[in-house]
Amino acid sequence: MRRIISILMENEPGALSRVVGLFSQRGYNIESLTVAPTNDNTLSRLTLTTTGNDQVIEQITKQLNKLVEVVKLVDLSEGAHIERELMLIKLKATGAQRAEIKRTADIFRGQIVDVTSSVYTVQLAGTSDKLDAFIESVGEASILEVVRTGVSGIARGDKVLAL
Amino acid sequence: MELLSGAEMIVRSLKDEGVETIFGYPGGAVLHIYDALFQQKGITHVLVRHEQAAAHAADGFARVSGKPGVVLATSGPGATNTVTGIATAYMDSIPLVIITGQVQTDWIGNDAFQETDIVGVTRPIVKHSFMVKRTEDIPSTIKKAFYIATTGRPGPVLVDIPKDLTSPALTYEYQYPSKVKLRSYNVVSKGHSGQIKKAVDLMMAAKRPMIYSGGGVILGNSADMLTELVHNLGFPCTNTLMGLGGIPGEDKQFVGMLGMHGTYEANMAMHHADVLLAIGVRFDDRVTNHTSKFCPNAKIIHIDVDPASIAKNVPVDIPIVGPVDQVLKEMLEQLEKTEERNDKSALEAWWKQIDAWRAYHGLRYETAPGILKPQQVIECLYKVTNGEAIVTSDVGQHQMFAAQFYKFKRPRQWINSGGLGTMGFGLPAAMGALVASPDATVACVTGEGSIQMNIQELSTCLQYNFPVKIINVNNQSLGMVRQWQDMQYQGRHSSSTYEQSLPDFIKLAEAYGHVGIKVTKPEDLEDAMKEAFSLKDRLVFMDIYVDPSEHVYPMQIKDGSMRDMWLNKSERT
Ligand SMILES: Cc1ncc(C[n+]2csc(CCOP(=O)(O)OP(=O)(O)O)c2C)c(N)n1
Ligand SMILES: [Mg+2]
Repeated sequence: MRRIISILMENEPGALSRVVGLFSQRGYNIESLTVAPTNDNTLSRLTLTTTGNDQVIEQITKQLNKLVEVVKLVDLSEGAHIERELMLIKLKATGAQRAEIKRTADIFRGQIVDVTSSVYTVQLAGTSDKLDAFIESVGEASILEVVRTGVSGIARGDKVLAL
Repeated sequence: MELLSGAEMIVRSLKDEGVETIFGYPGGAVLHIYDALFQQKGITHVLVRHEQAAAHAADGFARVSGKPGVVLATSGPGATNTVTGIATAYMDSIPLVIITGQVQTDWIGNDAFQETDIVGVTRPIVKHSFMVKRTEDIPSTIKKAFYIATTGRPGPVLVDIPKDLTSPALTYEYQYPSKVKLRSYNVVSKGHSGQIKKAVDLMMAAKRPMIYSGGGVILGNSADMLTELVHNLGFPCTNTLMGLGGIPGEDKQFVGMLGMHGTYEANMAMHHADVLLAIGVRFDDRVTNHTSKFCPNAKIIHIDVDPASIAKNVPVDIPIVGPVDQVLKEMLEQLEKTEERNDKSALEAWWKQIDAWRAYHGLRYETAPGILKPQQVIECLYKVTNGEAIVTSDVGQHQMFAAQFYKFKRPRQWINSGGLGTMGFGLPAAMGALVASPDATVACVTGEGSIQMNIQELSTCLQYNFPVKIINVNNQSLGMVRQWQDMQYQGRHSSSTYEQSLPDFIKLAEAYGHVGIKVTKPEDLEDAMKEAFSLKDRLVFMDIYVDPSEHVYPMQIKDGSMRDMWLNKSERT
């Protein structure tokens, strides 16, 4: 099962490599990973998506918690949460395709953020599924380049992951 | 406040941490530190002959003393030479602080002479590591390193220090911090009382209980409490390879080691148990055999300080996370309060069954006139040392025979590389043991294969007068490899023999300034060993020729359950 693990860790050199290293050392896979400092710049927030059964996820979270630089973590997929990923996608936009792409982008509530005579660059935010669906809608043939940030997420309601 | 250079800060921090001896080897990146060591008293430096041995010696020191071991090595090859030693300590949760020199800050990343990213290289085999960026941070970093290495589940911590930070030209105010603040590192101090209560209830309801204890009991200084618990409950107890000495080897309720080369009775009892109390163990594959067939009828209680050890390999019914000593203490208190006791007749029947398994004498071996058996060597060692020696070991058949036949009386008496299985561990570990316990009798049980992996330390032993008694169980082959080749590869001994190339160990010992004694006949063994141990102040290298064809039994059959074992070359359960 796909899981979103969100980690609050010391914003120190080496911390990220320990997290990433742990996954390769122990044979766990990372599907996406995003990291940046928080409002408290001594802390970084790292969100990663991975897959595994309950037992594997339990081990992953325990092993992550053992890393000295990891302050706190939460498996967001255990409860209600919001997940977002940002995509920038460059598409061939000539002839009839131009209007079609614009329409599709509108339907997905994407924005065209850059334009040339033959190319549209669309910015789209949402769940990973939504981004996948957009890619499918526009079709492989018109895609020139895709950049995705990876998932970041936050719990719904009053729950916070903070010090 | 005092003004000290970075190099002086390192030495002073170690002193303030209570360190008396460190093990190391100099080189360019640590010369400032060595100069600071030269100009002080209070810290003794043991100059090894290979940095791997420095790490093993510090590790042996830690295992015997219970205090953290300290290693000092230079950058590049000095640092990489410690890697096997660090991994060995990591696998067995031994507290080490490894200080490595690094090239000067502005050269880092330039592939400078003797530059290695040792923090990167060792990342998967340390509990934590630091690269110091500012001289002022040296004391607090060293403080943190010791704190992390010794608390919770212990382990090695590496501190990498660029050479420019240790320069004698720059001095700073020195103050060793009295406390460590680490918001992201918290150690559990106590087990959950409710869980302990549940465990006690389950134990009281058991008909075929079993206590399975490991290295956590030794590291957590809980051997006395374990023994008290075992006596109080009247349950049988088995130890892992790392847990030997957790309960006295001669105790009536001790059924021997379990696992791949465990006793027949321990493995049978494990398989048939209905309640398993696992204390400071990690359900290693060398213990459980195939996990899906492990203890099929047992409800499992698992006490461990590391939550990640719990339910990692085997699902657990009652997990208790906490330091073993605290949990056992509370368990004993709760037991005192409860009226309940086990069904007496069930427990009696269980012991009857265990005694029947014991009567099988699974460790028996056949002797033949004129041929020395490796098992006899260990039995003789046990006798000649009155079971009192600190025994370090290398890795192979001799290690298993030592674990099976030397009945360890106390914790920290049996020093071996269990998790990593590092050949070359035994001799340097014995040096560390002697630093920790200078008056002890220290025997290093080894093989002609393993001893050659750190034999250069014979020179260190002369310099510092470490009177190790080396018991070289010489079967003229990489015996454990050969055994597997006999059992699984139809006896094709691919690269497990030396074709007459073994050195004359007696001459070799003498060349290093020590005493060598060669034994080839069973009837000479005891006298020779007595002579060796009578030479209290000398290192004696006993080269004992034994039957090369002997195998270690019992041996669990791969992918089976605990009770599936080869009992000798032709019989299995
Ligand atoms: C550094 C290292 N290399 C290889 C091995 C694999 N290995 C395990 S036991 C063994 C043979 C050890 O031979 P020896 O020291 O003579 O002991 P014996 O089994 O003969 O008693 C080997 C090669 C190991 N454990 N460690
Ligand atoms: Mg051998």
